[in-house]
Amino acid sequence: MSGSSSDKTHRPSGLHTWPHSLKRADDGTPYVPPAYEPQNAMLRWLEDRLPIIGLAYSAGVSYPTPRNLNYWWTFGGILTFMLVVQIVTGVVLVMHYTPEASMAFDSIEHMTRDLSYGWLLRYLHSNGASMFFLAVYIHMFRGMYYGSYKSPREVLWILGVIIYLVMMATGFMGYVLPWGQMSYWAATVITNLFSAIPVVGDPIVTWLWGGYSVGNPTLQRFFSLHYLLPFVIAGVVVLHIWALHVVGQNNPAGIDPQTDKDTVPFTPHATIKDTFFIALFSILYAWFVFEIPNFLGHADNYIPANPAETPSHIVPEWYYLPFYAILRSIPNKLIGVIALFGSIGILVFLPWLDTSRVKSATYRPLYKQFFWLFVITCVLLGWLGSKPPEGGYVIMSRLLTAWYFIHFIIVLPLLGLIEKPKPLPSSISEAVLKGRKAAAAVVLMLAVGAAGLLGAPQPAAAQEHEQPPPPRNTWTFAGPFGKFDRGQLQRGFKVYHDVCQTCHSLALLSFRNLGQEGGPEFSEAEVAAIAAEYKVKDGPNDQGEMFERPGRPADHFPPPFANPQAASFALSAKAPPDMSVLAKARQYERGFPWFVIDIFLPYQELGVDYMVALLKGYAPKPADMTMPAGMQYNVAFPGHVIGMPPPLSDGRVDYTDGAPQTVDQYAKDIAAFLMWAAEPSLEARKRTGFQVLIFLLILSGLLYFSKKKVWAAVH
Amino acid sequence: MSAAEPTRRDFLFVATGAVGAVGAATTLIPLIAQMNPDASTIAAGAPIEVDLAPIQEGQIIKVFWRGKPIYISHRTKKEIDEAQSVPLSDLPDPQADKDRVKPGHDQWLVVIGICTHLGCIPLAHQGNYDGWFCPCHGSQYDSSGRIRQGPAPANLPLPPYAFLSDSKIQIG
Repeated sequence: MSGSSSDKTHRPSGLHTWPHSLKRADDGTPYVPPAYEPQNAMLRWLEDRLPIIGLAYSAGVSYPTPRNLNYWWTFGGILTFMLVVQIVTGVVLVMHYTPEASMAFDSIEHMTRDLSYGWLLRYLHSNGASMFFLAVYIHMFRGMYYGSYKSPREVLWILGVIIYLVMMATGFMGYVLPWGQMSYWAATVITNLFSAIPVVGDPIVTWLWGGYSVGNPTLQRFFSLHYLLPFVIAGVVVLHIWALHVVGQNNPAGIDPQTDKDTVPFTPHATIKDTFFIALFSILYAWFVFEIPNFLGHADNYIPANPAETPSHIVPEWYYLPFYAILRSIPNKLIGVIALFGSIGILVFLPWLDTSRVKSATYRPLYKQFFWLFVITCVLLGWLGSKPPEGGYVIMSRLLTAWYFIHFIIVLPLLGLIEKPKPLPSSISEAVLKGRKAAAAVVLMLAVGAAGLLGAPQPAAAQEHEQPPPPRNTWTFAGPFGKFDRGQLQRGFKVYHDVCQTCHSLALLSFRNLGQEGGPEFSEAEVAAIAAEYKVKDGPNDQGEMFERPGRPADHFPPPFANPQAASFALSAKAPPDMSVLAKARQYERGFPWFVIDIFLPYQELGVDYMVALLKGYAPKPADMTMPAGMQYNVAFPGHVIGMPPPLSDGRVDYTDGAPQTVDQYAKDIAAFLMWAAEPSLEARKRTGFQVLIFLLILSGLLYFSKKKVWAAVH
Repeated sequence: MSAAEPTRRDFLFVATGAVGAVGAATTLIPLIAQMNPDASTIAAGAPIEVDLAPIQEGQIIKVFWRGKPIYISHRTKKEIDEAQSVPLSDLPDPQADKDRVKPGHDQWLVVIGICTHLGCIPLAHQGNYDGWFCPCHGSQYDSSGRIRQGPAPANLPLPPYAFLSDSKIQIG
């Protein structure tokens, strides 16, 4: 380690040698952070044998941090918090998840529906991944802006790149585990990247799959690795923090602290500031979890994996989109894959590609502009990654991919040679006094952070652009305080019962669900009577034979057909989809800027609006259109050709509560019922969410004032 | 913090810490609650009905309720007499046989077939007391399911059940 040999002062721990250049402001002698003093004999006894409290003290309490760290430096703490959240919720989810191809999808639905707080744990984990990546991108861009990768922090930076790489692998494998359509096809596409390797590519892919296509062996190994890799991340994070404590934190001025007046002890100063920002970040996180939990996901992933059918438009999760755009921009398979991995790998060489000795962009007028250009390039690449690879999108992707690499290979080395940096402040204290011009940059970076989310919902395919957007309806369950209309859910069930169930199954629901809180809330007797109408297969009995008996509340809704093949054969059409999560498996393209506005409104009723439009969308076909036999024309259906005959007609279902017996009313009622079927804990989620958000606002307020108090002496 | 002279600053820090601690503790609720039986497990634990008609005198059958084995014993005259005549003072866990069967249904003994020692399933029609013998650690139960010998501390427990008719019971 890099301790200075001239310094004879005792060091409390070998871990913390970075302030070797730090002097005391009063007498100019080397500054030594206070060491841990055991307060009693027992602690001293322990400390002499295992100096673990001393280690925690010098690493987390007395550790001197530059006093001018701005809020962007809190993202390290936020990332640690997110890693813990992901590991804790992940370990819990594993208690209920089944890593087996035929059961994975249902096991996740089961935990969401039946487990106490299962919906919360699952949404915390799935949205946690997005929050983790959002924080890591801000953390990385912060490092780039302030030159945090430069000497002596090269190894610190490279360890960060390794963490990021392992995060990408972990996130990808986690996305495969629900075994929906997007899971399955993401696994197929990403593993096929390796088939680009000459000669051994195909054997490698077969080896990765453990079969001749993505299947159960693939799922099981991904599950194993998805459990392992977070702990690898935690291990590398320890190295990352160790390296940080050896070389010390960079700071917005990019110059080393000289005296102890340039620093503050980590606790309470950095601790309270990090905690405050973790609380603020949690508000954003909670908003996604409780109000728009499926916003960042893909509707197609609520369709169980089907190896026979690729979704019309597949895209990765938003955090991979820029790299996906780079991959697709190159028309050669091997070079595309090389560019994809190269775009991440090049980050390792960043400390040497940037030839300027000045760290902070604050003092690099040219670099600052190129930095923002680079950020915009990444965001635009992300947007392009979400677009179909055609026409102008491809050309733009190519230009931006080229710029991505030019930035690293040409701009950064040249800038160091031609740029004339502004004069550096003589000390951190002087830099602090010069005020807070960074504010503008902060706002801009926030905007970029928000824009990073832009690539999110990518439901529709290129050929769907012709569909008119479904009209929006008023739903009682919309918004942060939404609640289902019980009467509407009961009528919706009647529509399902009298019409839909002839062809559509509702396999994930049990009869007892009809009576549970937050649903149609049928009485116990009504639920038992409904259940008894159905014939449920049971057995084997003592004679070893399966038999049928009347349903009981604990039974699942029996399917109308034994299997999809039977359904397809009986109806001479494509097998009708199961309706359990249909309301979440259907969406339509909102387009910019609506999908951003949807975050804040929040508008989450795309699926039900689409369903109503579909049910009301039957019309005579246009004269110039040829319709295949047995198919119907529907305005709202993608491609307009649908196999399902118009299911509803005025008066078809008898309502007893006086609601109008019209197609319009039927459509809204069944859509509301299916929304509840897909998200039975919607009311509990919104109620809990309101409480959590209020709590976080109060906590953030208190933390803000505590932080102000702590820092009052410093400012 | 100086306890002698609390300041406004102290109050702020204590309040912040207290609110944070409440939040942290509340966060534990879902993490703990998720380990409880879920709704489908609870629903599947609903009462079951058992038809007694096919059970011959002297026969013991095993059914499952909430994942537990339930022994239903159609006792012989000899077994009933033994169970009723043994002095309570001879029993480690004294309980009269009439308290272990439903009135008027002396021939039917319904017990949870889990050894009260450490949870193994005792074997029916084994041991020295015309009852059950636990192969794990040698506990022996009599024809009333009462512990007679071995390390088990208590009699085999009775599940909640009721006679729907003379030949049908509902367990649960």
